[in-house]
Amino acid sequence: MSYSEKVLDHYENPRNVGAMDKDDASVGTGMVGAPACGDVMRLQIKVNEHGVIEDAKFKTYGCGSAIASSSLLTEWVKGKTLEEAGAIKNTEIAEELALPPVKIHCSVLAESAIKAAIEDYQSKNATTTA
Amino acid sequence: MNVNLPIYMDYSATTPVDPRVAEKMMHYLTLQGVFGNPASRSHKFGWEAEHAVEEAREHIAALVNADPKEIVWTSGATESNNLAIKGVAHFYQAQGKHIITCKTEHKAVLDPCRQLEREGFEVTYLDPQPNGLIDLKELEANIRKDTILVSLMHVNNEIGVVADIAAIGEITRAHKVLFHVDAAQSTGKVAIDLEKMKVDLMSFSAHKTYGPKGVGALYVRRKPRVRLEAQMHGGGHERGMRSGTLATHQCVGMGEAFRIAREEMLSEGERIKALRDKLWNGIKDMEEVYVNGDLEHRVPHNLNVSFNFVEGESLIMALKDIAVSSGSACTSASLEPSYVLRALGRDDELAHSSIRFSIGRFTTEADIDYAIDLIRNKVGKLRELSPLWDMFKDGVDLKSIQWSAH
Repeated sequence: MSYSEKVLDHYENPRNVGAMDKDDASVGTGMVGAPACGDVMRLQIKVNEHGVIEDAKFKTYGCGSAIASSSLLTEWVKGKTLEEAGAIKNTEIAEELALPPVKIHCSVLAESAIKAAIEDYQSKNATTTA
Repeated sequence: MNVNLPIYMDYSATTPVDPRVAEKMMHYLTLQGVFGNPASRSHKFGWEAEHAVEEAREHIAALVNADPKEIVWTSGATESNNLAIKGVAHFYQAQGKHIITCKTEHKAVLDPCRQLEREGFEVTYLDPQPNGLIDLKELEANIRKDTILVSLMHVNNEIGVVADIAAIGEITRAHKVLFHVDAAQSTGKVAIDLEKMKVDLMSFSAHKTYGPKGVGALYVRRKPRVRLEAQMHGGGHERGMRSGTLATHQCVGMGEAFRIAREEMLSEGERIKALRDKLWNGIKDMEEVYVNGDLEHRVPHNLNVSFNFVEGESLIMALKDIAVSSGSACTSASLEPSYVLRALGRDDELAHSSIRFSIGRFTTEADIDYAIDLIRNKVGKLRELSPLWDMFKDGVDLKSIQWSAH
């Protein structure tokens, strides 16, 4: 299988690799996928008091397309509000990276990861502010 | 270090044609060479081509200590497997309709078996032991009164384990069941003596043993005689078992490749084993690295390794300077991990993390040194990217986590 140049670029030079303190109230963590399926993505966002994503980090176990999808996503969500980030569609990721049909599931996983991270952040902060 | 990149380490997929083989083949194509139809009986062109084909047939027979009359030319091991399995099943179906094989066989054996099931045959697919080899007692226990054929491979294409076909042949012969062996991966690597081994049919491929693609052979025992129903009908070539004009240059190429294999396999095997051991010794001290399949009963050409917490396809991408294949079939359209590794009872995670290194005649020590450095570096880099590696390092039991299947 040949990869697009954008996939190769993210794969060779992944952006925003790392981890944040998952117990920090301003951090939302989304982990999706399963080792048995060959993909696990962990996406973390740090949200400021205005509801804007200040920073994002990821680690991914998976193929090059999965790594590229999550790397791209961390670039895209930074500076976005939770609402804007939650509206990112897998098709936009697939299109940007020119993913072939058999790799569309990687972009689906990335969309699930940001949704899960937002949900985690909101559930943490719902309990602390209520 | 002097290496040509990318380095070829996928000899189990196919081998380059040995230059001595290619040189010989060129003399059997053009007007100036021996281009005749080996079946032409009325002129010198035909006689010379027939002579070349028969000499090549002798080389095939000599490598496995058989009679040349027992060798039938085919287009490759897939056709040989089809002819053996379907040919025997169709000929002997009045005696019984039960066949035994193993879950880790090549698709060229499993798919003809599936086809026979659609035709009303019954097939038992044995589970291998965790080391990749079948339990001979279990094989014997599965032989029934209506069993007509056992089909098992000599050397597994993914994990390189070597089956004890001499011992299996004793069992099948005692039960008067025919025994077919897919030897595509074993010629030139493991000694085969068909005078001694009670094998009734054996499939060969040229292109796994430094010969050309597109040609193979099937050994069909004469004493005691094995019968087949032809799968390809036409001019009655190959004593009616396989019609079609013989591809003289291809047969000559396979013959030359097998002649060289017979002469050089001992010294070559030792050299390749030293290289394989060097490769394994260079990576085995890394954390969470596992060999798939038995390391003792194994051809020296193969090393199949799982790098836990690293996904196979991304590792292949990272190792792009060495041409290897993944036990995980993610590179094809299906996203299933290797059925062979799953049959060994490997976790899906480990099956997804596997790489097959297969080396051969033209692999050098410098190639191995390069590969070791690259593997250590890239596996380290991908683990830095892996959330599973983080969790493992934090002492989290990955099995305790509820994963969302997708």
